[in-house]
Amino acid sequence: MSKQTLIVIGNGMVGHHFLEQLTGSAAADRFDIKVFGEEKLLAYDRVHLSEYFGGSTHADLAMGTADWYAENNIDLHLNEQVTAIDRDQKTVTTSEGSYGYDELVLATGSYPFVPPIKGNEHPHCLVYRTLEDLDSIRASAQGVKTGVVVGGGLLGLEAANALKSLGLDAHVVEFAPRLMPVQLDTDGGALLRHKIEELGVQVHTEKATTEIVEGEDCRLRMNFSDDSHLETDLIVFSAGIRPQDTLARDSGLDIGERGGIVINDQCTTSDPHIHAIGECALWGGKIFGLVAPGYTMARTLASALNGDSEAAFTGADMSTKLKLLGVDVGSIGDAHGQTPGARNIRFNDEQAGHYRRMVVSEDGKTLLGAILVGDNGPYDTLLQYALNGITLPDNPETLILPESEGGAPALGPDALPETASICSCHNVTKGDICGAIDAGCSDLGSVKGETKASTGCGGCAALLKNVVDSELEKRGVEVSKDICEHFPYSRQELFHLVKVNGIRTFQTLIQEHGKGHGCDICKPAVASILATCWNEHILATDHVPLQDTNDTFMANMQKNGTYSIVPRVPGGEITPDKLIVLGEVAKEYNLYTKITGGQRVDLFGATLSELPEIWEKLIAAGFETGHAYGKSLRTVKSCVGSTWCRYGVQDSVGMAIFLEDRYKGLRSPHKIKMAVSGCTRECAEAQSKDIGVIATENGWNLYVCGNGGMRPRHADLFATDLSDEELVRTIDRVLMFYVRTADRLQRTSVWMENLEGGLEYLKEVALEDSLGIGKELEEHMESIVGTYQCEWKTAVEDPEKRKRFREFVNAPEKKDPVQQWTTERDQRRPVLETESA
Amino acid sequence: MKARTSWDVVCKVEDLVPESGVAVWTEDGPVAVFYLPHRLPALFAVSHTDPFSGSNVLARGITGDIKGEPVVASPLYKQHFSLVTGQCLEDEDVKIETYPVLLDGDQIRLEVPVTHSETAAA
Ligand SMILES: Cc1cc2nc3c(=O)[nH]c(=O)nc-3n(C[C@H](O)[C@H](O)[C@H](O)COP(=O)(O)OP(=O)(O)OC[C@H]3O[C@@H](n4cnc5c(N)ncnc54)[C@H](O)[C@@H]3O)c2cc1C
Ligand code: HEM
Ligand code: SF4
Ligand code: SF4
Ligand code: FES
Repeated sequence: MSKQTLIVIGNGMVGHHFLEQLTGSAAADRFDIKVFGEEKLLAYDRVHLSEYFGGSTHADLAMGTADWYAENNIDLHLNEQVTAIDRDQKTVTTSEGSYGYDELVLATGSYPFVPPIKGNEHPHCLVYRTLEDLDSIRASAQGVKTGVVVGGGLLGLEAANALKSLGLDAHVVEFAPRLMPVQLDTDGGALLRHKIEELGVQVHTEKATTEIVEGEDCRLRMNFSDDSHLETDLIVFSAGIRPQDTLARDSGLDIGERGGIVINDQCTTSDPHIHAIGECALWGGKIFGLVAPGYTMARTLASALNGDSEAAFTGADMSTKLKLLGVDVGSIGDAHGQTPGARNIRFNDEQAGHYRRMVVSEDGKTLLGAILVGDNGPYDTLLQYALNGITLPDNPETLILPESEGGAPALGPDALPETASICSCHNVTKGDICGAIDAGCSDLGSVKGETKASTGCGGCAALLKNVVDSELEKRGVEVSKDICEHFPYSRQELFHLVKVNGIRTFQTLIQEHGKGHGCDICKPAVASILATCWNEHILATDHVPLQDTNDTFMANMQKNGTYSIVPRVPGGEITPDKLIVLGEVAKEYNLYTKITGGQRVDLFGATLSELPEIWEKLIAAGFETGHAYGKSLRTVKSCVGSTWCRYGVQDSVGMAIFLEDRYKGLRSPHKIKMAVSGCTRECAEAQSKDIGVIATENGWNLYVCGNGGMRPRHADLFATDLSDEELVRTIDRVLMFYVRTADRLQRTSVWMENLEGGLEYLKEVALEDSLGIGKELEEHMESIVGTYQCEWKTAVEDPEKRKRFREFVNAPEKKDPVQQWTTERDQRRPVLETESA
Repeated sequence: MKARTSWDVVCKVEDLVPESGVAVWTEDGPVAVFYLPHRLPALFAVSHTDPFSGSNVLARGITGDIKGEPVVASPLYKQHFSLVTGQCLEDEDVKIETYPVLLDGDQIRLEVPVTHSETAAA
């Protein structure tokens, strides 16, 4: 049987995806495939078009290669526009010639709509759709300073960002009264506008452009219907897209009233041998201006051509979640509440810049749509409710309230039906995941490999992990909480054993409650528990071997085996005399000197045997250890506060020093950082700390459980306008509760998130004393504060302890031969492997 | 023929730290000597040099056992080394030197290869 000819018009995202689906299927052998693309370049990722201005090339964005087309025997004609279809003869005419077809696929996408404004044909009036468009914009922006985008929708804002990245003053001119009129409502649009203006993009709403004329200061001048005007050097039109249906129209195919090639569920047009997919197609009276529905159409058509009579396109979810100029925006389902009887729930926090709106059905049981601006946190949960028609909780508003105001935690994976879509990039449902687990996948990695879930945009990673964990647990796959092979207990359970049984040494604990000899996991954990419970010196003979080297030698080991030294500088306040001592010591021992992020000084490169000598000098000058090596309080950062700063309302330095002196030496599951700011300007960045204190006119606001680092977390407001005493009491309780109940190496943020009841529960315990342990927690803290000793002071005074600091016990004068030094920027530093090799 | 070795005195019992290590200098370079009083034998000696960083730090690691095997964990990158064989548990291609060690009165002796002829003569 001779092969039939399949012609695809349009080599864009959807056209390419269709070819990928078709090759490798049986139908591929039935057809000779020809593709015509009007653009000069092979199909590329239009969704990430803007990255072209960030340095990506066509090769980076390309979806395939010429080789791939050749290997699959696809005859690719780029830069060749199709100008006509003759349905009777079954031929297409292009700029180069004429070709016969048996089956024809239209994947012609859409074109940017340019409003009929006088003067819009000016050479510096441009659009934003193809790589060539971007080249023109770049050329036009050379050496000028202002650019305007007409249209404040999704693409318009993206284009405005691009203009900004080209160094232009960017303006957005929108006809409607707000930004993103399709996806957002008035409040959401207003907040988005505010945020975008903060980023330096000027927004002009309710402006109808009447004409574009020569400008005086700039190339162009836009005149508006309200008699105002705006001068600019270039204009990018982004006033919407229109389906590219010219060929279909001219050849008499059915076209929608407002454009678009009418297709059925199999993506076939009114001519059974002509099909249409992607943005040019009109299904159910709708155009789909997103790539995912286009891909679904492509898959459907490929299956249908393979004889799958079940294959059907049944519509697509148009919910979107994106970051526009760094601002989170989300829109789900019926965002405008157009369903009859729909009711609205709104949450608007102008202070934090969060706007959230839910549209719920008349009976309040189902979620119809939602709008989010400023924070897409609740997006995943809301989308699951909307897509799966899950019955809403009795107080649906809890879904969009911040947790500190009684908001509900995210939807648990158990509440999702089997059909819930977990990964929309790869179309993976919860049922698919359960299937993969039943077929033998026993961890996250293998589920990913099997289903491809979470290997696209990655947006579903957290949800996927929750589902997998929960399903594994249900199947009895134990997610062990044991600390290590030596103890069948979690850190919290060990804490109880130690406390309740009055255990004071590791040996007793492991003999009575564990097995073997311990390891580098359980030993430091137990050392920390013992220190919290009994607060004995960490170099007491029984405790020495339990500690990490940093704790044993009370300094941080660096890569060449030397140590760094960080003396405590409470609140970051230091006298000139003390500063001079630091400088003198550093000079004498040739220590590399650097200021830390915790407002103190770090001295690097001390050998083991130098440590006690150096500390002797520091202690004589009044310094104490800074515990930079320990899982304990690090620093309390402060701003200069009311003493000097014209905005300050409380003495933040004084409070920081008080807090640092109080909690220094407190051993904890992980390091603890604090900060105190003297007013709401928050110069000490207290909201990124485990404990953050911000002065108010009336006292102090307390924030808890924040952190920086790999997974930064904003601290939560815990209590407001506290007096000094209330503040200290509350911190005592929170910290002690943390130290007692957290897991090994669990920072306050993760600990709090894992507490059943979260922040609310913690508030009840610390503020309302719901467990009746407030007094006990305070007393425990008081006893730790009372038994504080500077570990270095105790160590240098004790000859037995000093013996530990000999580098080679049999050769005191021997220098470690691997430590080699060089000089950089006037300071000593280790020679790196790459240099010595 | 076996290479010549000698049993050198490296330190005294009182220099050792129970459940932990100390570093000594030998003809063969820096060696870590561990004293684990709850085991029999209780003395172990391995190279003090961490093969992953090249730094002399292993005596300052935490000791313990993994599935019964006595080990020390590198204080820098936390790999475990068997105190019996020197084998790295995380990377089968890495193995550190081990040295026979014995208690002689209150002195600790290590068997190290003889490299200097004068030591050989002694
Ligand atoms: C800046 C920007 C950002 C976007 N961001 C997102 C996003 O975040 N998420 C999302 O889902 N979508 C986004 N989109 C939309 C997404 O790019 C489109 O949905 C997708 O590209 C549609 O694919 P398509 O194949 O239908 O059309 P296209 O990719 O436009 O491809 C159609 C191709 O057909 C060619 N063609 C047309 N007529 C002819 C002819 N007569 N002869 C030959 N060739 C012809 C065209 O030149 C074009 O190359 C964005 C679009 C832009 C421009
Ligand atoms: C794996 C994670 C981390 C490791 C291994 C680590 C290690 C260290 C070490 C060893 C020091 C002491 C420096 C020295 O004395 O040599 C230090 C100090 C410091 N670290 Fe980290 N750190 C980590 C994560 C973080 C994070 C998440 C942050 C902040 C967001 C951070 C901020 C700081 C600051 C500000 C100091 C100086 C504090 C002081 O003055 O004592 N670190 N860190
Ligand atoms: S937080 Fe307030 S008081 Fe402190 S330095 Fe900043 S402006 Fe001044
Ligand atoms: S950020 Fe990385 S390199 Fe820098 S100090 Fe922390 S751990 Fe070391
Ligand atoms: S939703 Fe994009 S990877 Fe899953």
